[in-house]
Amino acid sequence: MISYLIRRVLYAMPIMLGVAFLCFMLVHIAPGDPLVAILPPDASVDLQKQLMELYGFNRSYPEQFFSWVWRAMHGDLGSSIATGRPVAQEVFKAVGNTFMIAALATLIGFFFGSLFGFVAGYFRNSWVDKIASFISVVGVSVPHYWLGMVLVIIFSSQLMWLPATGAGPDGSAAWIWDFEHVKYLIMPAVTMSFIPMGIIARTVRALVADILSQEFVIGLKARGLGEFGVFRHVVKNCAPTAMAVMGLQLGYLLGGSILIETVFSWPGTGFLLNQAIFQRDLPLLQGTILVLALFFVSLNLLVDILQTVFDPRIERA
Amino acid sequence: MSTLQATAATPVSALPLPAFKRSRGHWANVAARIVRNPLAMIAAVILLALIGIAVFAPWIMPADPFATSMFTRLKPIGTPGHLFGTDELGRDLLSRLMLGGRLSLFMGITPVLTAFVIGSGIGILAGYAGGFINTAIMRTIDVLYAFPSVLLAIALSGALGAGIVNALTSLTIVFIPQIARIAESVTTQVRRSDYVDAARASGAGAFTIVRAHVLGNVLGPIFVYSTSLISVSMILASGLSFLGLGVKPPEPEWGLMLNTLRTAIYTQPWVAALPGAFIFITSISFNMLSDGLRSAMEVKQ
Repeated sequence: MISYLIRRVLYAMPIMLGVAFLCFMLVHIAPGDPLVAILPPDASVDLQKQLMELYGFNRSYPEQFFSWVWRAMHGDLGSSIATGRPVAQEVFKAVGNTFMIAALATLIGFFFGSLFGFVAGYFRNSWVDKIASFISVVGVSVPHYWLGMVLVIIFSSQLMWLPATGAGPDGSAAWIWDFEHVKYLIMPAVTMSFIPMGIIARTVRALVADILSQEFVIGLKARGLGEFGVFRHVVKNCAPTAMAVMGLQLGYLLGGSILIETVFSWPGTGFLLNQAIFQRDLPLLQGTILVLALFFVSLNLLVDILQTVFDPRIERA
Repeated sequence: MSTLQATAATPVSALPLPAFKRSRGHWANVAARIVRNPLAMIAAVILLALIGIAVFAPWIMPADPFATSMFTRLKPIGTPGHLFGTDELGRDLLSRLMLGGRLSLFMGITPVLTAFVIGSGIGILAGYAGGFINTAIMRTIDVLYAFPSVLLAIALSGALGAGIVNALTSLTIVFIPQIARIAESVTTQVRRSDYVDAARASGAGAFTIVRAHVLGNVLGPIFVYSTSLISVSMILASGLSFLGLGVKPPEPEWGLMLNTLRTAIYTQPWVAALPGAFIFITSISFNMLSDGLRSAMEVKQ
């Protein structure tokens, strides 16, 4: 197991380097001269020279890449063109906000997903299963940006229970954990939770159905174990996989929050990306994507490690 | 699993007194099973209707989808002459939804089709070649796979800039690694089978083996997996237009229409939500059809 863990960590290194390479290339696949792309339209010759030096567009690609990686490893992701502030600072502020809705959404999705999945797996092919399965199909098929709009229509425009956009009554100033602020969190998180809910429900249903069909369950029943005792065994057996799926879903939500954040004007990484795209702020785009993608790779790694540690039955080649 | 030729129905009546009942081909069996699946059939009918409306939109549209009018802005659903109301520029929403289906469906399906061709090619090559070629290809694929799909789509089209071609390219790149991974794993399984060994022992070349033994066995599962991506692709493609990264106004497209109607969320909420409902119906129908196809083919995931 130890050797697997070491190899798994080592394997993540080239992936991370590849991810960094792709993010580096984003500036270069952008149409036109990369320098022009990152320059504000009213750039002075001085600034032009300065940026040329900073990005080293006059040097060779490998040189540029490694100096970029080197600076990124030291927490320097360049400066935003629009605001002039360091990209790293902007991204880390936004990541916290995105993490709040993504984590809450994952928890909500995990709770309802497991519930529907268990019910569906236990009473397979009954009407309960059909309804639970339908809900999970809806969860994976619904365009979440539209779902967000529908929730805004119902709860803000019609019922006026919840605020439609923003992250607090006083704009997007400091976040405080009180009801006035949490009200802003509810709709984005609920909207987002539909995706993991559908996926977790599908996974858990398949797992439960598979476990119930295994011989040890018949053995347990034959030895007189009650319904609840069997249920406990089923939960224990499908928990590792379900938790792993949950962990990965958190990563997907962190990276995929842009559409939901746009609908709710939530000041997270998605909002930052949106801003970066429309102001052609390529350093900001590059930096945000690098951080989110590296976070996703690390989360994958963590899930794999935890799964190996907690579920030694999994034979890792 | 037989090849695609088996789909052609054998004219049983024409055969002289069959001594045994000729078994139907694999694809005929799949078709027979999927027809008995009510959910999949409902989904198929809905999709056919949507595609039909989109194709024939120019001839059946009730009004000009580009004609703006200051006097008929944001009329509610059910307005005489504007069954689904009008949008923020007074254009007839029903006509725009009908014509918008063209771009929306095209932009949802095309990336998956293209990625199916390229991804299968890459995956089969990697799976069949094995060794160094496999490692090189699959590790490259892993890097693309290391991005959440939404993030990768937005990163690429954000860098490339708005436009239909750029959006299609980005989405295709998002789906290639996912399809290539499935193709590689299925091909690796087939390559290790005894009949491939037998073919090789009898002197068949790599090309012959791939054509005669590998393709027929791997394309089915890859195809089923690919169909399950169309729903995601629809949501992502419309999502890109929703963000302003895909189709440009005034062209009608469901995601873009949803975005421009967002301003009407307090004045005409149900009109504003309509384009999204169409994305949802299309996406869920593709999902149910794909689920039906998977259970009909008994492909395990």
